[in-house]
Amino acid sequence: MSIRERLSGNEAIATAMRQINPDVFAMFPITPSTEIPQYYAQYVADGRVDTEFICVESEHSALSACLGAEAAGCRAVTATSSAGLSYMNEVLYVAASLRLPVVLAVSCRALTGPININHDYSDSLAERDSGFIQLYAENNQEVYDNYLMAHRIAEHPDVRLPLMVCEDGFITSHAIENIELEEDAAVAAFAGQYCPENYLLKKENPLAVGPYGISAYYMEARVAQANAMANAKQVILDVAADFEKTFGRSYGFFESYRMADAEIAMLIMGSSAGTAKAAVDELRNEGVKAGLIKLRVFRPFPGEELAAALKNCLAVAVMDKSEGFSACGGPLFAETAGACFNLEKRPKMIDIVYGLGGRDFTVKAAKEVYARLSDIVKTGETGPVYSHMGQRGADF
Amino acid sequence: MAYNLKEEMNKKERFYAGHRLCAGCAAGIVCRGMMRALKPEDKAVICNATGCLEVSSFQYPYTAWDDSYIHTAFENASATASGVEAAYRVMKRRGKIDPDGQFKILAIGGDGGTYDIGFQSLSGALERGHDFTYFCYDNNAYMNTGTQRSSATPRFASATTTPAGIDSVGKKQTQKDLTQIVVAHGSPYVAQTTLFGNMKDFHEKAHRAIYTAGPTFVNVLTPCPRGWQYPADDLLAICRAAIDTCVWPVYEVVNGEYRLTYEPKRKLPVEDFMRLQGRFSHCFKPGNEWTIEAAQEYVDQKWEELLSRCR
Amino acid sequence: MNMKKATEINEKIPWQELTTGCEIAEPGTSRLTMTGEWRQKTPVWIEEKCKQCLLCAPFCPDSSIPVQDGKRGEFDYDHCKGCGICLKTCPFDAIEWREEA
Repeated sequence: MSIRERLSGNEAIATAMRQINPDVFAMFPITPSTEIPQYYAQYVADGRVDTEFICVESEHSALSACLGAEAAGCRAVTATSSAGLSYMNEVLYVAASLRLPVVLAVSCRALTGPININHDYSDSLAERDSGFIQLYAENNQEVYDNYLMAHRIAEHPDVRLPLMVCEDGFITSHAIENIELEEDAAVAAFAGQYCPENYLLKKENPLAVGPYGISAYYMEARVAQANAMANAKQVILDVAADFEKTFGRSYGFFESYRMADAEIAMLIMGSSAGTAKAAVDELRNEGVKAGLIKLRVFRPFPGEELAAALKNCLAVAVMDKSEGFSACGGPLFAETAGACFNLEKRPKMIDIVYGLGGRDFTVKAAKEVYARLSDIVKTGETGPVYSHMGQRGADF
Repeated sequence: MAYNLKEEMNKKERFYAGHRLCAGCAAGIVCRGMMRALKPEDKAVICNATGCLEVSSFQYPYTAWDDSYIHTAFENASATASGVEAAYRVMKRRGKIDPDGQFKILAIGGDGGTYDIGFQSLSGALERGHDFTYFCYDNNAYMNTGTQRSSATPRFASATTTPAGIDSVGKKQTQKDLTQIVVAHGSPYVAQTTLFGNMKDFHEKAHRAIYTAGPTFVNVLTPCPRGWQYPADDLLAICRAAIDTCVWPVYEVVNGEYRLTYEPKRKLPVEDFMRLQGRFSHCFKPGNEWTIEAAQEYVDQKWEELLSRCR
Repeated sequence: MNMKKATEINEKIPWQELTTGCEIAEPGTSRLTMTGEWRQKTPVWIEEKCKQCLLCAPFCPDSSIPVQDGKRGEFDYDHCKGCGICLKTCPFDAIEWREEA
């Protein structure tokens, strides 16, 4: 039986963690993810969990400690944001290459500078090549559900990769919403136990982890890692299917909203999708065939599936909530455009960088995007492919 | 139990041949001694910082270690060890591993990975009080990348980033006294040693460190034939000179109490240490006599400070 | 999960056959590497002169002076790199150089 509650995204993550009761939690505070370890520290203090909770001296050490613990045979978790994620950067790559399925909660926040504590995806999307699986969420329910599925995906023998559960800093992490929680025992049963075949603390045989890999092995190791990421696609779907069977809520790589006959569509991530859906509804009432795709799984990138979902559209706007500074578009656009390139008939595609550092994204703004798409369809002219919205002053 | 070299050498080898450290690299001797200091019935997890030892002792698929080993990065051996130690506690508590078997958590890094880039991680782990022992094989510079100066490089040593030249007499700064800094963390057991005699000093300190609960630290002066520029077979002479000149005093600090474990009968001049190594050769050129005097002055001052702590 | 032995891992096997995360779940596989090939000079043990004090043994960086039942044996020439540290640990001149041909 689900339990109706009202929780912030951070508390939802902390609750999921409590229900899973991981072996080791290594923490270092940073806004806006700090509440996650704070809630957890209270669970430890109150004896509700028996996790080893260690307060390390940096994010770099937090993830390093997680690697030590995970290799030793444990479920290890941590949480961070923004500069903290950047500071972990080196260790993220190490985690993925060592194939250690650590689960990392990220309250996504803008990267400096100027220093800013509000939401965008410049932190997590900058780590797109780190080898972490990345799950994104529109609201607190999805954050909670993603977390419940995280360990099972990461630890699957065909995958064995670390995973980021991403939420939108403040918007999701701090806003309190209604949420359906699952019972502790049901969550624990769903998450199961982590039982690696070999681990550092195994008595029967030693384990050596993290070798120097000469050129004769490096490429093979990277191909194997890439293969694991490709394998993660099926595992994500399988775990989602079991999740639906167990808890009733359904998840895929992305959510298609009013896409069946959509001529114009937006690809968007996270909480902005809720705003954009309201715009879609209004446009539909006005007779405009607008649709929306909300991406849940950014890594592995579901390129083929996205292309199939977008192929009948005439024009698509990719909404990038991070500036890639490529001078030709953000990271989500680059990957989506790449995924659609080999379609026989492909939609016109534009990139809109928006919402940086917590800049508001409104229904009105979303409708402006759709209006641009309608213009493209009408005139056949794509216009500027890469542009910004929401800033003061005309785009450059 | 009194140290008995024969008994120690009868123990099973736990750092195997076939590693790729340079011929004569003293780090191999340190690793063997560190593993010998474990009780044979105890197992270990070794957490290694990136460096010479790491690229040499675990090059895929060849591990030189008899025990479990993990390398993650350069600056985080102590943090990685923290995680392993936390894992050990919780897995025992949760019945995931046999509560009777004993694992010891060891971390090892060079001076670069300990004094410099790994310093924050070391300090954090010491402060948190994890039950582990950190061994620093201090070879006085970044040897894996080709002898760049570190904060452990002594003043006047020529390193590739502080080379001696017409306008330079090598490194300008004296070395960081990391052992004292670790003592300041309140660690229950801290020691400095090197490789001399029948290895008794090293062995006893390593053993005490490993079997003292809490975060403990052993700083081992570990000569590098290539970086210090001496013939590899001179190792013993160099280590002996280091302790007899008091360039590298050997002592231990047990719960804050200092004890010298070796005091030279006659303290030798510091040039007896410097003359053996090419990295100080410029100090012996006419006009540079002052460098030897300055080096002597520094060693004398540090030695007196140490003696006063030991009284 | 692929857990091959080190003896089965070489530079010809395809990526599918590497161990996951390049882990090795067995001890001391380094012994498969014949570092004796690096040697330029060879130390020779003169058994008659040896008093079995064992001072040489702990100072070998390459674990190439085996000790059994309190006595050292012949050098492990598969791995001895010929650094010569052992020569200078011996108080009895029981180790000498032999120049390689």
